[in-house]
Amino acid sequence: MTSFMEVKDLNVHYPIRGGFFNTVVDHVYAVDGVSMEFEKGKTYGLVGESGSGKSTTGKAIIGLEKITSGKVIYEGQDVTNQRRKRDSAYNRDIQMIFQDSHSAMNPRKRVQEIIAEPIRNFLNLSPQEEKRRIIELLEIVGLSEEAMVKYPHEFSGGQKQRLGIARAVACNPKMIIADEPVSALDLSVQAQVLNFMKDIQTEYGLSYLFISHDLGVVRHMCDHISIMYKGRFVETGTRNDIFNNPQHIYTNRLLSAIPNIEPETRIERKIERQKVEAIYKADSHRYYDPDGKVYPLKEISSTHKTAMIGLEKGAE
Amino acid sequence: MTLSKPLLEINHLFTSFRIKDTYYDAIHDVNLTLNENEVLAIVGESGCGKSTLATSIVGLHPPGNTTVIGEILYKGENLVNYSEDKLNKIRGNDIGFIFQDPLSALNPLMRIGDQIEEGLVFHTKMTDQERKARALELLDQVGIVNPERVARQFPHQLSGGMRQRVMIAIAIACKPRIMIADEPTTALDVTIQAQILDLLIELQQETNAGIMLITHDLGVVAEVATRVAVMYAGQVIEVAPVEELFRNPKHPYTRSLLNSIPQTERDHDRLQVIQGMVPTLTKMPKSGCRFAPRIPWVSENAHEVEPQMHEISPGHLVRCTCWQTFNFEEQETKEGVVQ
Repeated sequence: MTSFMEVKDLNVHYPIRGGFFNTVVDHVYAVDGVSMEFEKGKTYGLVGESGSGKSTTGKAIIGLEKITSGKVIYEGQDVTNQRRKRDSAYNRDIQMIFQDSHSAMNPRKRVQEIIAEPIRNFLNLSPQEEKRRIIELLEIVGLSEEAMVKYPHEFSGGQKQRLGIARAVACNPKMIIADEPVSALDLSVQAQVLNFMKDIQTEYGLSYLFISHDLGVVRHMCDHISIMYKGRFVETGTRNDIFNNPQHIYTNRLLSAIPNIEPETRIERKIERQKVEAIYKADSHRYYDPDGKVYPLKEISSTHKTAMIGLEKGAE
Repeated sequence: MTLSKPLLEINHLFTSFRIKDTYYDAIHDVNLTLNENEVLAIVGESGCGKSTLATSIVGLHPPGNTTVIGEILYKGENLVNYSEDKLNKIRGNDIGFIFQDPLSALNPLMRIGDQIEEGLVFHTKMTDQERKARALELLDQVGIVNPERVARQFPHQLSGGMRQRVMIAIAIACKPRIMIADEPTTALDVTIQAQILDLLIELQQETNAGIMLITHDLGVVAEVATRVAVMYAGQVIEVAPVEELFRNPKHPYTRSLLNSIPQTERDHDRLQVIQGMVPTLTKMPKSGCRFAPRIPWVSENAHEVEPQMHEISPGHLVRCTCWQTFNFEEQETKEGVVQ
């Protein structure tokens, strides 16, 4: 294992205030004990339904969300909850792409200013060098030089997502956290952006943390996949582990619910789906504790972990 | 399929919107038939005109800025010429509508039960008690566990999946013959989506209604549709039974769409798609094949001057003739030259 970054037992809890003096009465466990390791050049998928805490995990890792407990370790250094500093290698090397790149860009700034922002923060370039770098970046994402003087609203959704990527790769990051980068895009535009993300990955040896609810896209992109439910991982493993040997009922439910593009098999799939639903209702104590929480992860193979009890019985 | 009766016939429909004193065709010469007991999926990306088609059917456009020309035949009468009063008798009664975003389609200040009863008040002569009972029955029918409680709640108190179930309950309240579902599951999680789709199909099979399902998700199409119409730039470019379309797509756009789905088996390959996107309304090609600008490597002679729909096998229609000479490989080599 040559991981360059590690997340250890990450917790993000939000207080719920109420009662007489607006005291803290309870917590929302948005992220509840998540551990991950990242290797260079690999893509890690984080899948879950809405409210599962996948976006919060991504934001906590990059430092947009305050971490309640746990550690983020980057190249041997603890970077948990550090203030954002210009000279910090971590802030330069980890970048983020957002789902809605339109609201992630200042509408009053031109593209040149938007892309220049990280360059000015982290690299010491002269104005000429900066301009050259921006043109180069626009070229990488397939936009012409004229784009520099335009405003974000003048671009289409796919182009805006490319601008978001251009800004993220401006300082040659090591890792990009992509929070639902293609969810708002049309199918063919989505395919173009995915192709493009793969291209720059092979070119620059980037790692991705790919957060998505779409298992099809995740399967296409990711080497390693973690399934999240209520702030915890229910299953984590390689793509092969998750798709060909899913253990947890939640993973099975998700997999059986993905629409498949083979109309011939739809009746069989419906039967399969109902079967999984029935197991889910009957056997839920094996997968969730009495509070409805997910059990701690257990190792089944060197790459594959799942959160359920009675594994030994299941293996027989 | 040939046995089923047509419920709705759309002939040479043109819908145009006014932008700065010029009218632009958002729907251009659409011919479609919705039969009894079928799910007709309308597929396309944003800007293809699929939602405009749906709203044209029930006349939901502001009249000042829109013109609808053509024929929409329902029970032998042309809905295009209907007055607002006459349309109101049909909306909700004969034609049920399910919108994508239930939160903005439902009235936030009205209890769920009252919203379901609204259609019944307008279209039926039920008494108060009958209506209340019917509303609870409908909620039960769409799989809501505690109908009495939910009927007293407001839309914001329900989850996204529940709201969509309420929308469906409202749409089926008067047992419509036609249901138009505009992206009914787009905002939902996959497990909820599967439940809602199963529900729609069960209801459809009970009533033999025809469903027009508008979606951009080809996975959903493969799950539920019986027939598919693919739209591009305001035109229907391919119509086929669902198995035929997925097994044997012809039009370059359909093939590109199918290719852009991240597929399980094709693993880590690049997705083979046609570059570019749907042109905006004002930049729509005025004549000839509307897909031609996207595939410049196909020679001009391959396109028809006035593209028509051609039936290439029973029930399978394709617009224009450019599909015969089209292949993806040429795009790849052309790209190589550019780089």
